[in-house]
Amino acid sequence: MKIHQVIKAAIAASAIALMMSSAALAVTLNLHNGSEPRTLDPAKQNGNWEDRVISDMIEGMMTIDNKGNVINGQAASYEVSEDGLTYTFKIRNDAVWSDGTPVTAKDFVTGLERLLNPATAATYASLAYFIEGAQDYNTAPEEGKPAKDPSMIGIKAIDDKTVQYKLRGPTPYFLSALIHPSMYPVPSHKVAEFGEDWSKPENIIGNGAYKVTEFVPGSHAISVKNDKYYDAANVKIDDIKYFFIDDTSAALALYRSGGLDIMSDLPTDQLQLIKDQFPGQAPLTPILSVYYYEFNQTDPVLKDPEIRKALSTTINRLAITDQILASGVKPQYSWVPPGIGNYEGGQYTPDWQPDGSSPEAFEADYAKLVADAKAVMESKGYTADNKLKLTLRYNANPDHERIAIAVASMWDAINVSIELVKSDSAGPHYTALEQGDFQIGRSGWGLDFNDPQNMLELLLTGAKQADGTISWGNNHGRYSNPKYDELIAAAGKELDLVKRSGLMHEAEKLALDEFAAAPIYTYVTKWVVSPKISGYVPNPLERHFVRYMSKAE
Amino acid sequence: MLRYVIRRISAMLPVAFVAITTCFFIIRLAPGGPFDRERTLPPTIKANMLAAYDMDQPLWVQYFRYIGRLLHGDLGPSMVNQTFSVNEMIALGFPFTATLGLSAFVLATTAGILAGTISALNQNKWPDYLLVLFVMVGVVVPNFLTAHLMQLVFGVYLRWLPAAGYSPGSLLHLIMPVIVLGLAHAARVSRLMRGSMIEVLGTNYVRTARAKGLGERLVIARHALRPALMPVVSYLGPGLSYLLTGSLVVEQVFGLPGIGKYFISAALNRDYGLVLGTVILYIFIILVLNLLVDLVYALLDPKVRYS
Repeated sequence: MKIHQVIKAAIAASAIALMMSSAALAVTLNLHNGSEPRTLDPAKQNGNWEDRVISDMIEGMMTIDNKGNVINGQAASYEVSEDGLTYTFKIRNDAVWSDGTPVTAKDFVTGLERLLNPATAATYASLAYFIEGAQDYNTAPEEGKPAKDPSMIGIKAIDDKTVQYKLRGPTPYFLSALIHPSMYPVPSHKVAEFGEDWSKPENIIGNGAYKVTEFVPGSHAISVKNDKYYDAANVKIDDIKYFFIDDTSAALALYRSGGLDIMSDLPTDQLQLIKDQFPGQAPLTPILSVYYYEFNQTDPVLKDPEIRKALSTTINRLAITDQILASGVKPQYSWVPPGIGNYEGGQYTPDWQPDGSSPEAFEADYAKLVADAKAVMESKGYTADNKLKLTLRYNANPDHERIAIAVASMWDAINVSIELVKSDSAGPHYTALEQGDFQIGRSGWGLDFNDPQNMLELLLTGAKQADGTISWGNNHGRYSNPKYDELIAAAGKELDLVKRSGLMHEAEKLALDEFAAAPIYTYVTKWVVSPKISGYVPNPLERHFVRYMSKAE
Repeated sequence: MLRYVIRRISAMLPVAFVAITTCFFIIRLAPGGPFDRERTLPPTIKANMLAAYDMDQPLWVQYFRYIGRLLHGDLGPSMVNQTFSVNEMIALGFPFTATLGLSAFVLATTAGILAGTISALNQNKWPDYLLVLFVMVGVVVPNFLTAHLMQLVFGVYLRWLPAAGYSPGSLLHLIMPVIVLGLAHAARVSRLMRGSMIEVLGTNYVRTARAKGLGERLVIARHALRPALMPVVSYLGPGLSYLLTGSLVVEQVFGLPGIGKYFISAALNRDYGLVLGTVILYIFIILVLNLLVDLVYALLDPKVRYS
């Protein structure tokens, strides 16, 4: 090699090194996203695997801080009318989309109209039904009738920077509901240009801290920092790579090899390994959600509250959480999960709840519950030779299966013989529950916003439909008590938060004292976060925006 | 030859049609539907979704609409993925699955033929025993186990290769998946090759070639290899279609962007559009590969003539 070739090579090598070092300065967060987002359209999103990518890119009128508290997002300020029915928001002057177009009131109006337009077929449209005219507009017109006029929806652009919402009734959780992606604005100029294709990765823009620049289906998406975001100066991570890996064992292997900074789900059977090898990296804190069993109350046997009581009180919740699952989940006896907002006063505790202070005390209390339940069952004619036969439905999943088998053996002690019925996936399982084709069924609920209403609504009497049938919604067990419905309705109209909480507490107690359903445990977060990441705070909504995080190399 | 190809293709079309029709109706017999969610949808919303995908129409109307679209090359929308149509998902995912499958095919076939030949030439000596052992392991150990083991050894402990995930254009991310996917194929090929090579080495014409005083290398390369390849070739068609359609586990375990994993998730989600789309693709792959194998026969075996 001649001397000038050596110099050339040296120059080339140093240029490459320089490029690499400047590239290394960019901070990338490697985030395990779980499933692949099926859409980036906030109106059509369905779950946290979509929310994570969308909410780093699009910001609502309100947003949350890293602890989950509701704070102003695109809103500079807002006013509430005295009757609590009208909210008027001023949009920040520096709120712009990532292409530089200012965010206007029209973007919020278009967002809501799209969500509620029957043609969008949005699953979360019902979340906005508290807005005046929303439900009516979302109901498709009868055949032959013209499409409905979107101006019937209670949202108005007063001027370019002012949006007014009119609500059907006072809704104390309205501001928390605005942090849900379905309530986000959309870039109306892009919607006009591309129609439904506006949310394709190559067309989409955002008004949030990041924007998607690469989307490889089945693999990953990459979002880069949006320099036009109003708080860009405080956004520390430059790019996010969202890994679409369903297999949690694969994700764990990648985490162990240093390829991931955060896992949003973990293989529960390897929790011990995570605890041993990465102490303190899996916080396992409770999130707003409940795992529960539903009793079909149209069933001739299960409509008897005494039978439901015998069944519910003899589920050994501590054995399920600590021995069967051992995944950090906590026993739950109340309907509304612990840690919820807008719920003044103590958490509901049933008078039969076993003493959890020591294993011995628990065992003694639990043994008494079993003895009592067995006596009740025997008084109804169910003996060891003549057991009560019931079916228990669940969907294929190792945890659901283990719990179902354990509960069946617990109930065997009170002369109940359980036949297990399994569906291959969640869809058919919930369809069977919805159709009332079950006796006891496994269910779960994660709250959409931080308010007890979201949980208590699950036990409302179904609404009568035009064809005379009753739509029970998520109240699969068909619990129905007019007093309960009245209390929830009254709470919906109550402006005073303390009085409202009182009404809701009364309703919760009423339903649980009648054993409307059997709550079993509170889910915990399955996030695993590397110590290199700061700014992550476990919160009960389990929503974490990357704009608050930073990464130490 | 051309007439034979045309005849074969015209026989393939009714097969494909029957398969598509059967699949269209069978998937709808499964309980549940694509819009079943963990949460009950209000009736108005469910009605909106059914209308958006033509599913409020009678089944036969849906069927004829589907076939009509299919004749125009349109596989329709996915009922679950709202970002991409089925055509787009296949267009984006299949090149990757094909890259993975073909790389595994080429490497594993070559390795298998080599290993089989070496085995046969050293019958009942230590290289043979070693290779037979390797082949047994390749056939017996399921690929999800090899995948996880390799992931642990090379990804987590040694950190030579990325444990999972994919980066466009990166070859490093493909090494483990290709090996895991190709292992079983290499093992089967080598077993076939060993058997047929041993058989061919005992034939009269090989003995004649040796008697003429030809060198061992020439005997193998010119006289033994070609006839010994015949059983291997007949396995290559099904083998390749297995590699192209069976990458599901590998794609899942390594988090790769192919279409294999869509197949199972689509069936579980009752995503009728995507299930049919992948089935049609697989039918196409299998039919075309079977045809190709029959044509390769003619090239290798002078006794086979098509007219």
